Amino acid sequence: MTIKFWLNGKLIEDIISDDILLLDYVRTKGCYSVKRGCETANCGLCTVLVEDKPVLSCSTLAARVNGKHVTTLEGLQEEAEEFGAFLADQGAEQCGFCNPGFIMNVLAMVKELSDPTEEEIREYLAGNLCRCSGFVGQERAIQAYLSKKKKEVSA
Amino acid sequence: MFHAKNYVLAESLEEAWQLNQKRTNKILGGMAWMKMSKQNYQSVIDLSALHLDQIEEQEDAFSIGCMVSLHTMETDSRLDTYFHGAIRESVRHIVGVQFRNCATVGGSIFGRFGFSDVLTCFMALDAQVELYKGGILPLRQFASMPYDNDILVRILLPKKGKLVSYQSMRNTATDFPVLAVAASFDPQDGWLICVGARPGKAAAVVCQEPHFSCPDDNQAEQLASFVQGQVSFGSNMRASAAYRSHLCKVLVKRAVKEIAAQSSEKRESL
Repeated sequence: MTIKFWLNGKLIEDIISDDILLLDYVRTKGCYSVKRGCETANCGLCTVLVEDKPVLSCSTLAARVNGKHVTTLEGLQEEAEEFGAFLADQGAEQCGFCNPGFIMNVLAMVKELSDPTEEEIREYLAGNLCRCSGFVGQERAIQAYLSKKKKEVSA
Repeated sequence: MFHAKNYVLAESLEEAWQLNQKRTNKILGGMAWMKMSKQNYQSVIDLSALHLDQIEEQEDAFSIGCMVSLHTMETDSRLDTYFHGAIRESVRHIVGVQFRNCATVGGSIFGRFGFSDVLTCFMALDAQVELYKGGILPLRQFASMPYDNDILVRILLPKKGKLVSYQSMRNTATDFPVLAVAASFDPQDGWLICVGARPGKAAAVVCQEPHFSCPDDNQAEQLASFVQGQVSFGSNMRASAAYRSHLCKVLVKRAVKEIAAQSSEKRESL
């Protein structure tokens, strides 16, 4: 079948297999930040944005994004680098395998929740698993990142 | 992961229904559960183009299209206010936001899964389902029907002004519930308490006593014991039947107390 959609702002028209997953398809387009982790829709490694909403690309057929905008970490380089620096500052990135999915979901959270509480942050990110850390460093990084964002808005 | 030769974006419910009559074809919900199978399908049928991803508030009910995602329900302020946060509470523990943006209410309800938080919660809200050929029928009836090839079009949540509470217990965050309890009360129908993840699908217990929404500790205990005695429990890798039975009493009591608190709050605001 043929699909036409926007991948990181670039219009793509392609012939795809009817049952290919979005995860596998975007990787054929060079988006290697999107990873397969658990195969049970639990780990969040494959998170991409479809129409700005975070979804699991391991549970989405590529056919379903026909006519839509898909964003991967490769399309959010500037924001990802900015937040990634906060993660590094807190020693929160260890093996780094979960980072792309985690960063995608943090950036989605920042767009969706205006001033999230600690509980809201934990709840929003419950679908991103990290097997190296205890999430404490990530929490510190998010709080520092949000504080900086708040200062930027109020300045 | 399943395999499918064809992906069909249905242009009408009739087209989807016709295709769904063939055993080798399947309707796609959010795919969150379906992707775990290794089935081979001729065609998978997508209802995404049929505008069934809307929540509409009508005079006497909320109408929720089958393609509404769990996260859309979770963040809908009308549902949150009217049902005292019970719907949000029932879905917020399900994996993560990305998962809930994929999973649909239609997939959750049509599957009639034993572990379903949504089924348990909606049963206590006296939900009705609208089937394309089968018409409108109570969710409690639908839950006990055999699986067929009809299409679940939408779910109707009647506006009965019920007080409602949702409680669940999980071994770890984001896991399936070990037990889920949804309780609702209105002066006409009394108490309706639904117990899910027994681990079988949700069972409903109707109880007229007490007639009021503010039972004291003793009455709450009696109500919880009554529900515990009416429901059967099983064992699986998450918990034993005995543990579930004990949990049932605890969660029902918590739900009843929450409803009592809602009732006092309501009285104070009048």
